[in-house]
Amino acid sequence: MIQINPDLCKGCYICVEICPKSVYTVSSVTNKKDIKLPSPENENNCIHCHLCELECPDQAIYVEDKK
Amino acid sequence: MTKELFIQGNEACARGAIEAGCRFFGGYPITPSTEIAEYLSTTLPEVSGSFIQMEDELSAIGAVIAASWSGVKSMTATSGPGFSLMQENIGFAMMSETPLVVVDVQRGSPSTGQPTMSGQGDMMQARWGSHGDYEPIAISPSSVQEFFDFTVLGFNLAEKYRVPVIILADEVIGHMREKVRLPDNVETFKRIMPKEDPKDFLPFKNVRNGTNPMPAFGDGYNIHVTGLTHNELGYPITINPKVHSNLVRRLVNKILKNRKDIVSCDFKYCDDADIVLISYGSPVRSIMETVKIGRSSGIKLGYLKINTPYPFPEDEVVKIAKNVNDLMVVEMNLGQMFHEIERVASSNAGVHLFSEIGGTLPKPNDILDRILELL
Amino acid sequence: MVEDNESTETDFITYEEKNPYIKYFRKDRLPTIFCSGCGIGITINSFLKGFESSGMDFNNLSLVSGIGCSSRIPGYLNCDSLHTSHGRALSFATGLKVGNPDLDVVVFTGDGDAAAIGGNHLIHAARRNINLTVICINNNIYGMTGGQISPTSPEGSLATTAPYGSIDTPFNLIDLVTAAGATFTGRWTTAHPLQLSNSIKNGLLNNGFSFIEVVSQCPTYYGRKNKLKTPVSMIKMFKESSINKRKVGTLSEKELLSKIVIGEFVNKKREEFSNKLENLSHKESGRNTIRKSAYIL
Repeated sequence: MIQINPDLCKGCYICVEICPKSVYTVSSVTNKKDIKLPSPENENNCIHCHLCELECPDQAIYVEDKK
Repeated sequence: MTKELFIQGNEACARGAIEAGCRFFGGYPITPSTEIAEYLSTTLPEVSGSFIQMEDELSAIGAVIAASWSGVKSMTATSGPGFSLMQENIGFAMMSETPLVVVDVQRGSPSTGQPTMSGQGDMMQARWGSHGDYEPIAISPSSVQEFFDFTVLGFNLAEKYRVPVIILADEVIGHMREKVRLPDNVETFKRIMPKEDPKDFLPFKNVRNGTNPMPAFGDGYNIHVTGLTHNELGYPITINPKVHSNLVRRLVNKILKNRKDIVSCDFKYCDDADIVLISYGSPVRSIMETVKIGRSSGIKLGYLKINTPYPFPEDEVVKIAKNVNDLMVVEMNLGQMFHEIERVASSNAGVHLFSEIGGTLPKPNDILDRILELL
Repeated sequence: MVEDNESTETDFITYEEKNPYIKYFRKDRLPTIFCSGCGIGITINSFLKGFESSGMDFNNLSLVSGIGCSSRIPGYLNCDSLHTSHGRALSFATGLKVGNPDLDVVVFTGDGDAAAIGGNHLIHAARRNINLTVICINNNIYGMTGGQISPTSPEGSLATTAPYGSIDTPFNLIDLVTAAGATFTGRWTTAHPLQLSNSIKNGLLNNGFSFIEVVSQCPTYYGRKNKLKTPVSMIKMFKESSINKRKVGTLSEKELLSKIVIGEFVNKKREEFSNKLENLSHKESGRNTIRKSAYIL
């Protein structure tokens, strides 16, 4: 499961760019600051490399490992 | 048993530092203060302390501030040109409430001036040299014995009030040799560790007496120390007027409200004097002699010796001004403390300036000649 | 698993516990002041990842910084932190490490802080080989003051104080600290966070002066001025212009000008400064330098 924290996301979309499996897209959902949040649209493709967690400048992504 | 030694002022200062508990020195060579660094480079390793010669005075004061936060009493020593370079981080030490001692062995100035001659041109720099509102503590020794005693006092005041203390010595005191009595036991002020649990501790709390206990780095308090305006937690809050006002007023008041505890003056023959000579540092020796000569020829002179130029002893000066006709400020510059004294005393007495610049002490006979003009 | 219908607040607390990096933050200070897409946050994550893999104790960590965007990092991490004057971080860090050699001291700095106003302290800290890990976030510009050229701005790049393009020759920071005596150096970009965190780990484990340069994006000022308007376009540029140090030999000097050479460059042993002071203390006083003596002397 991937969580995006709307309070921390600043909408840089680095996650959208760097994900090797193109999991993220820019959604139409906005946060309090009217920033369009990224969404893990293609979560099924996620390989749990955690690169998005590491590359998110605002610690706004959490990727849960498969149990 | 006290020990008596015949030593140079700079050595007395270094010995005082060791006795006061100083275990870190970071400095940069500069005449006429260098002997302090030289002495400590030998002595500190012998008492499990550290000595570093830094790359400049900017870094010397930086290293001293951080060493203090590591939990070690720390100092540096310099002269005018180096003192100018340290102003930036003296301001940081004021804002971050870092105890430390800066010894400024003053020389002829401005600029590189007279490296091997004496002067008192750094008095206003010690007061206002860094930007912003702050209240420094500055102590001026007028003998080799006092250079020892006042260095100890400097460390104690620095720790008690968590401020940088400036020892405003001068070349005469730094290089002169005199007999010094070194006590067996020197009373020291030990730094106070917070009692609270780290999660309950506010390191920069707006406490009534102004001074908070101080944990060291590595003690688990996860303290944040910054030169930015900060709240009681230490976090930068730079656009809230009230946070800034509370902080700067507390920092200023913790010195001003404890003025009585800090200020130190000595005076003699002031009760019946017509004229009182005022000085600090090495020219005190000149005014003492002047008073002696004057009294012996029937001129009613007294003297006020200011041990702590800052906080400025306003009450003491005013009290004397009320009892005399004239005050004469004797200093080795073209009038610096003179303006402070004029500010508080001119409504009660005539305030005159005797300036001596060029690097040598004012001569008692020259001072006396000026006094005769007043009579 | 948390039920979906929990309140937002509970979700947030849960989230804090889950994200691998937030647990090291002063949570009451989030979100950070950094602009959207700033490389500083990526560097923080890479540092924390590298720190974890080094096996060192976060409770023994002290962070020191000077002034600038990157120097705000220590204020966000929940450990002892010293946010000092512009350029002076390394002199403070030197005093802290010597005052208590048991502390692990890491310095966060930027290109302006480390190489312009703090250039002298940088080379002298490297010369002493004092055990500090310096993470220099190089965004080729002064971000906090609004986009002026820095000592690493490429020739021709635009800034508010270089409206016709910079005519200065930039510093190569790795060459600079290597010449001064650093015993570990590495350079990566924010597009190489795994390699970066590994080099940070190696730097932390080196008992000496370690310098890790992170070529980072300032989309707000550098990007906007230099036709790289989004964080994404800057990250892409980093990926495209980076070249591993092993492949440098194939390129001409002119070709190299537009490249970012990445890798680890120095990893060698040399006696460390605070150890030398400890040895001296041992020789002269029979014991190590005295820790936290202000409370007892």
